[in-house]
Order: sequence, then C-alpha cells, then structure tokens
Amino acid sequence: MFESSLKQLGDALRAKKISSVELTQFYLDRIARLNPELNAYITLNPEMSLAQAKAADARLATGQADALTGIPIAQKDIFCAKGWLTTCGSKMLHNFVSPYDAHVITQFNQAGAVNLGKTNMDEFAMGSSNETSHFGPVKNPWDTARVPGGSSGGTAAAVAARLCAAATGTDTGGSIRQPAALCGISGLKPTYGVCSRYGMIAFASSLDQAGPMGRSAEDLALLMNVMAGFDERDSTSLQRDKEDYGRDLDKPLSGLRIGLPREFFAAGMGSDVARAVEDAITEYKKLGATIVDISLPNSKLSVPVYYVLAPAEASSNLSRFDGVRYGYRAPEYGDLTDMYEKSRAQGFGDEVKRRIMIGTYVLSHGYYDAYYIKAQRIRRLIAQDFVEAFKQCDVIMGPTSPSTAFKLGEKGDDPVQMYLSDIYTIAVNLAGLPGMSIPCGFGDNAMPVGLQIIGNYFDEARMLNVAHQYQRATDWHSRAPQGL
Amino acid sequence: MSLSTQDVEKVARLARLAMTSAEIETARTQLNGIFDLIAEMQAVDTRNVEPMSHSQDLTQRLREDNVTEANQREAFQAIAPQVEQGLYLVPKVIE
Repeated sequence: MFESSLKQLGDALRAKKISSVELTQFYLDRIARLNPELNAYITLNPEMSLAQAKAADARLATGQADALTGIPIAQKDIFCAKGWLTTCGSKMLHNFVSPYDAHVITQFNQAGAVNLGKTNMDEFAMGSSNETSHFGPVKNPWDTARVPGGSSGGTAAAVAARLCAAATGTDTGGSIRQPAALCGISGLKPTYGVCSRYGMIAFASSLDQAGPMGRSAEDLALLMNVMAGFDERDSTSLQRDKEDYGRDLDKPLSGLRIGLPREFFAAGMGSDVARAVEDAITEYKKLGATIVDISLPNSKLSVPVYYVLAPAEASSNLSRFDGVRYGYRAPEYGDLTDMYEKSRAQGFGDEVKRRIMIGTYVLSHGYYDAYYIKAQRIRRLIAQDFVEAFKQCDVIMGPTSPSTAFKLGEKGDDPVQMYLSDIYTIAVNLAGLPGMSIPCGFGDNAMPVGLQIIGNYFDEARMLNVAHQYQRATDWHSRAPQGL
Repeated sequence: MSLSTQDVEKVARLARLAMTSAEIETARTQLNGIFDLIAEMQAVDTRNVEPMSHSQDLTQRLREDNVTEANQREAFQAIAPQVEQGLYLVPKVIE
C-alpha cells in the first residue's frame, strides 16, 4: 500500500477499496514502529488525524471527493495548524498550540486531506542537516548514522521511509531540494509568490517558499494543485489564474534544451555525485533532449549574498519572539529588558542566535549600504544570469548538493562548512525561480544523489513534465531504504 | 574586517540576547569566519545595478480599509505566558 502513488490511493479511496480511517491508521502504526529511531515526526495527534479521516470518509461517501480527499499528508512543523502544537523545531515555541491555520493548511483541509502529523526540522528552518532542531536530529532512513539534510529533513525522512503518502516542506536556500536529494525523494520549490506564506513561520521573507515533497513528480503535481494559489493575506502572493500542474506530464521531451551551467560542474562536486548527474543527462539525451553549455558567472557569490540577506530578514522576523504574547518565557528575570534577553537567550538555539547576530550587525547603523544593499545589488546580477541563460535553454540541470548525506556531527562547529553545502540551491531562491530535486542514482556510500532541475519563472508544469518523463524511463525514484 | 569583543557585545545587546563572556568569544570567532565569506561581495562592481528585493518587482498591494479579522482575544491570550483580566503581564516599565 505504501508504494502506491497519490493517484492510486485516491482511486482506491473513491472506489471504497480502502477507507481514509484505515489508511490513516496504517500510517500511524508505521510511524509508531519506525519513528522512534528516525525522529522524523515531532508531533502526532492521532485523535485529530483520525477525526479528519472520518470526515474524509463521509465526504468520499457523498461522491464529492477531490484528488487528495482522505490521503494522509505530513506537514512540516513550520506551518501553523489550528489546535496543533507548532514549534518550528524551537524551544521558543515548544508550547505554541496554533490558534489558526496557515493558508497551505487551509488548502489541504479544504481538499479533504488528512494532517498525519508535524515533521521535524532545523530550528526556524536554519540548517542543512536537521541537527539544529530542539527536538533532536532526524536520522536518514538510508543510513541512520547520516543526516537527512535540512531544513525539511523530517519531511524528507518521513517520505523516504514511507511514513506518509506525501508531505510539505519550505525552501529558503535549498531546504526542500537538499533534503529531497539526500533522502532519495522528489521535491519542488515553486516560483517565489506561488504558494502563500500566510501562517508559515517566517525565516527570510523575500526567499521563503512552501512546496511539496513526495515520491514522484506525478505526486508533486497533485500536491501543487492544492498548495498553489493567490492569498491576499500574503503581501507577496502572486495573482495568477489557477493552473493544473499535471497538464503537461505526458508530453514527450524531444527538442527540450537543457542548460548545463559550467560553474556547477567545476571543482567542489563529489565525483560520485558528478557520475550520477552525468548519467542522468545521458538518459535525457536518449529521451530527445539537447544539451546547451551555459554560464552563471555570478552564482559563486550566492552563498555570501544569502548569508547577508537571509540573516538580516531573520533578525527582523525573529524580533517578535519576546516572551510576552506566546512561546517561551524565562522562568526568572529582573526588568523588562532582562526578560527579553533571557527569554531569547534560553529559547533560541546556537545557529538561530548566530544568524540573528549576523543580521543585526549588517542592518545596524553605518553598515546597511555596505552589506544589505550591496547584497541586494548582487542578487540582481545573479538573477540576470538566469534570465540570460533561459534565452538559450528551457531548463537548467546540475547537482542539488555537492555530496551525498554526510554523517551526523561531521560538519562540526564550523558554520561556514555547513553553509557551503547549499552552494547549488541558493542562487535559485535569490532569483525567485522554481527549482526541484529528483533522485538520479547512488553515490559511493550507497546514499541517494539528487538531480536539480531549475525552470524559468512559473514553469513548474514543464519541470514536472521533465521530471516525470525521466521517472518513467528510470526507477531511482521508486527505490526504498531497506528494512521498512 | 574583524569583529572585536566589544562589537559582538553590542550586537548581542541590540538583538536582546543575554550572552556570557565565553559565548561572546565563541560567537566572535564564528562570526568572523562568516564575515570572511561575506567579504567576497566587496570585490564585485555593482555601480548602476538596482537592488533587488522581489523577482517580479512587485509593488505593494493596497486594500480597502475594512475590518476583516474576527476578534479572538481569548484564543490568543490562552497561549500567552502570563495574562490577567485580558492584559499581557510584563515586569513594571514605569516606576
């Protein structure tokens, strides 16, 4: 059952071959058995999940079901869900039961999907290994000594271990694509502005974007149909006509022009990753694609630019956590300033504090132009590189991450080493483009390798087509970790 | 560029983060490593390049000045650290 696609599950539910309650209970049982080792979920609420499943069964009985009605979906713990503990992986929100739903959650609820539980993540989505979570690291289901990637690591591990039918993630600098790559699943970060940020706990608002994570491009298309859409409560939400993201899945790829950025294939990528990515490109040529050599000369600046912009926006967004209206408050304090300083010092983890400090510094008096504005200018140069590149090609491909999943604790105390693991994904966020990762093989240590597909603005349907055609010709996406 | 202990103390104060002197020193080393990375930006010529904050160069949407949210004071205060008679409690600010 857990190898079924979302479409197959939906068909089985609508044909009454299985009920949503049975399906939800099936996953809850798997989670009870496998989650203690993986730590992919941090909050479960079987009562609420099963109540949703019962309601879905009632809706299915009326024949009014949508594509995802009755299907159990895991939600990254960054999405506020009414009545659910919503922690964002932080002690700061360890007791925050959300009084409202994020727009994305509302969309899933209206579709009749079941919220199966909240998945673990790096604290406030700041991390690339899931090791910054207040609730302990997630283990990679392919090798539990290794990280699942981050920040949507709990979601990636849950999908890979078949602990949900599909799930949500968010991506500020690679947080959907990198864990998807490291866990051997598919993930899509849409064009900035396509999915509403309302109720999605803010990290860096000009970069944050929600997206689907699942086992195939076909599943991602169904999830996108639910998640995407204009929402007036998000000031950067884009007003666009509703689209069917699965409309082009079956189009042949003959004539597709794939751009390969020279800079992505230079030094820095592991040889095993390079081999898997090159094999994928060979497969695409067989499917009728042609290869175009392109250049993204400013992409090498994306890590420094990101580590100015993202912390600057984070320091501003996270100023709301003051121990007054919700969340953690220090048990002992003197005056008001002391209460703020102690609550924040105790409530935030080290990586979050580090980024708040970087952000506070670059925004402080006298440094704003030298850092923030300078970074915004280079951001435009990085985006313009993509505009030029897309004049010559339809999609861009390369590795998602320079290496396969590394060991827990391997990157140690040097934050810069961790930051560099997002070198191929960050430029896409800075440009606001859609990007995805799909499994394309295995590295030397038998860990999954991800192929990154970058599309032009609003070209998600084409990217899903490009991914789906590859997944019809190969079976990397249907490989599962052993022992499940 | 290199941050001094005093710089880091000032940043911690601005960010409202209580830090011990040992934590300040660890942060100083790590922040200096990160600013070495960030310094790569300074070599780029950005004259005549407009700063970019949104890929679609959106302008702010305006709406009618209508009340759209229901009052949920009880629900919001139920999750607050300390409230009394509908008010959020904090240490005394004015003597």
